[in-house]
Amino acid sequence: MSTDNSNTLDVNADQQHVDHHDHKPTGITRWLYTTNHKDIGTLYLLFSLTMLFIGGSLAMVIRAELFQPGLQFVDPHFFNQMTTVHGLVMVFGAIMPAFVGLANWMVPLMIGAPDMALPRMNNWSFWILPFSFFILLSTLFMEGGGPAAGWTFYAPLSTTYSNDSTAFFVFSVHLLGISSIMGAMNVIVTIFNLRAPGMTWMKMPLFVWTWLITAFLLIAVMPVLAGTVTMVLTDKYFGTSFFDAAGGGDPVMFQHIFWFFGHPEVYIMILPAFGIVSSIIPTFARKPLFGYESMVVATASIAFLSFIVWAHHMFTTGMPVAAELFFMYTTMLIAVPTGVKVFNWVATMWRGSMTFETPMMFAVAFIVLFTIGGLSGLMLAIIPADFQYQDTYFVVAHFHYVLVTGALFGIISGVYFWIPKWTGVMYSERLGQWHFWCSLISVNMLFFPMHFVGLAGMPRRIPDYALQFADMNAFISIGAALFGLSQLIFVWCVVRCMRKKGEKASAEVWEGAQGLEWQIPSPAPYHTFQTPPKVK
Amino acid sequence: MVSHKLLIRKLVLICIAMFGFGFALVPLYDVFCRYTGINGKTENTAAPASRRVDASREISVEFLANLDPGIAWSFAPEIVSVSVHPGQVKIVNFLAENLTDKAMIGRAVPSVSPGEAARYFKKIECFCFVEQPLDAHQAKFMPVQFYIDPELPSHFTTITLSYRLYNNTPRTAGR
Repeated sequence: MSTDNSNTLDVNADQQHVDHHDHKPTGITRWLYTTNHKDIGTLYLLFSLTMLFIGGSLAMVIRAELFQPGLQFVDPHFFNQMTTVHGLVMVFGAIMPAFVGLANWMVPLMIGAPDMALPRMNNWSFWILPFSFFILLSTLFMEGGGPAAGWTFYAPLSTTYSNDSTAFFVFSVHLLGISSIMGAMNVIVTIFNLRAPGMTWMKMPLFVWTWLITAFLLIAVMPVLAGTVTMVLTDKYFGTSFFDAAGGGDPVMFQHIFWFFGHPEVYIMILPAFGIVSSIIPTFARKPLFGYESMVVATASIAFLSFIVWAHHMFTTGMPVAAELFFMYTTMLIAVPTGVKVFNWVATMWRGSMTFETPMMFAVAFIVLFTIGGLSGLMLAIIPADFQYQDTYFVVAHFHYVLVTGALFGIISGVYFWIPKWTGVMYSERLGQWHFWCSLISVNMLFFPMHFVGLAGMPRRIPDYALQFADMNAFISIGAALFGLSQLIFVWCVVRCMRKKGEKASAEVWEGAQGLEWQIPSPAPYHTFQTPPKVK
Repeated sequence: MVSHKLLIRKLVLICIAMFGFGFALVPLYDVFCRYTGINGKTENTAAPASRRVDASREISVEFLANLDPGIAWSFAPEIVSVSVHPGQVKIVNFLAENLTDKAMIGRAVPSVSPGEAARYFKKIECFCFVEQPLDAHQAKFMPVQFYIDPELPSHFTTITLSYRLYNNTPRTAGR
């Protein structure tokens, strides 16, 4: 244990004694019936890894078709299904469950709780997910195919012009909405009620803070999404006219309601990554996090602002100038708290005794590449510029920088950071570095040129393109294939750790790592903190 | 520390409230648009008769008609544009013809551009207030009687009234 932090956090000595009673059931029923936060966290993480590869395969169909101009492999309708289901799988199947998995594993360990507050609901919220995605993905094998209206399912594409996959899609979104809401409630109740004595609000690690705020965002907007898909369902099947102009409705209103959910949703997918990076940077810079309070306030302000910027997704729908200006300025305002965060991370590294193990590499790449994504977001917020960028590959480049090199890199760095604690063995540093460099190079081959083809006018969600974009698209597709293959190294790393191949990890794992999670043995015993630790 | 139960109850209440809020956005959106007059929607009820005419200026009112792909009718205004003084009442006919072999019900949805002028566009009588049934191959003149509110700000010189005609047969039959 390091010298500088052992006096701030102290685990109750009884803890080690309790850990010897590791009763756990065996076989499949252990995973079906489990109410243990670590088991459920593992399930979530493995599920999201699987979905990452399913979503990635769909993306590869898209990139294979776009490798050359013209139509080679798939027809346009199937192409639309690929873009739609790729988006849905990645957003709701890969990124969000991965964060919930990390929360399940780490939040109780970080606040000194014995488990999540509502363990049986926890089991339920996970086991809904596979069924939800079975329903969604099964539509791809049905007559007429899956949903093809884009992951944003704008009406009337999803109502008048869709096939019956809409019904499956709506039911699937209902299920995963219920799952997310239950997961979020669990996190909130755990953090409110199960903090160890002495773990005051302003002593909570930032990962816990960002997740608490994310959980509130989730329970605020997932019900709105549920309402939106319900309106789509009743418009299509029960004769209502929420979005049908012929019956007095308004298709533009769909966009307002959808993005009222959709914008907070994008922060749901990035705030926990901020928390992960805020745990990793201080560890490898061997300095406390710079500006802890300002980090908490910045996270809360981003969450608040996320509710009043939604219409920046809809500048070209014909809003009055006053409304466009309002949404432009509020959007740009988000750059301020985000800038505070980036500044704090850089200031944490400033004159630190830095080492660059794999988690740190991914975290540093996160800061640089997420900032690129943030800057292209600012460009998109400029109304006159947005009229040119709208629905081009520039938008695709923007949101993949914030979601792949942002959210996904955050998750991957978190996995490398905590996997020694989960499995008890160090991942292979050599493989981790290979994974990092392959990913870094290929992800930029994949997404950076999209800025250029987008600015040159290549529209998104179209299976064919003008000849002038051919070379760039071939290059992008090669980058995509390399990025996909690079993730196999990650799987290899994870599998090695799960099979306990590798150097045994110490309890502290990382030199000078701070926080309660580093004071329990590695691997973390099945039951931890049954007697609450005392946080001084 | 609050008890788990109390906290969960509060969180569930937030969820239900937000689910309700999603639906409440529908009327709120309409009220907001009507109050600010920003999305070109006109009142779908008869306006009171015009009380004064502002002969000092003229507004050019243009007419557009287009068809939803779901309806095989022809549909066009008799005249493309007309010049009116604010407050002056005008009647313009739109000619619709059912080109199919079966009776159908159409519904015209109006939209005014620029959107900010929508609230000054007053319709005394309009075929868009009700559904329009047409027998097979029947043709019909559909009138709209309107005036421009003299309160119209002076920077508006041209106003476009557009109708989109939708097929409402399945919806009405289902009722």
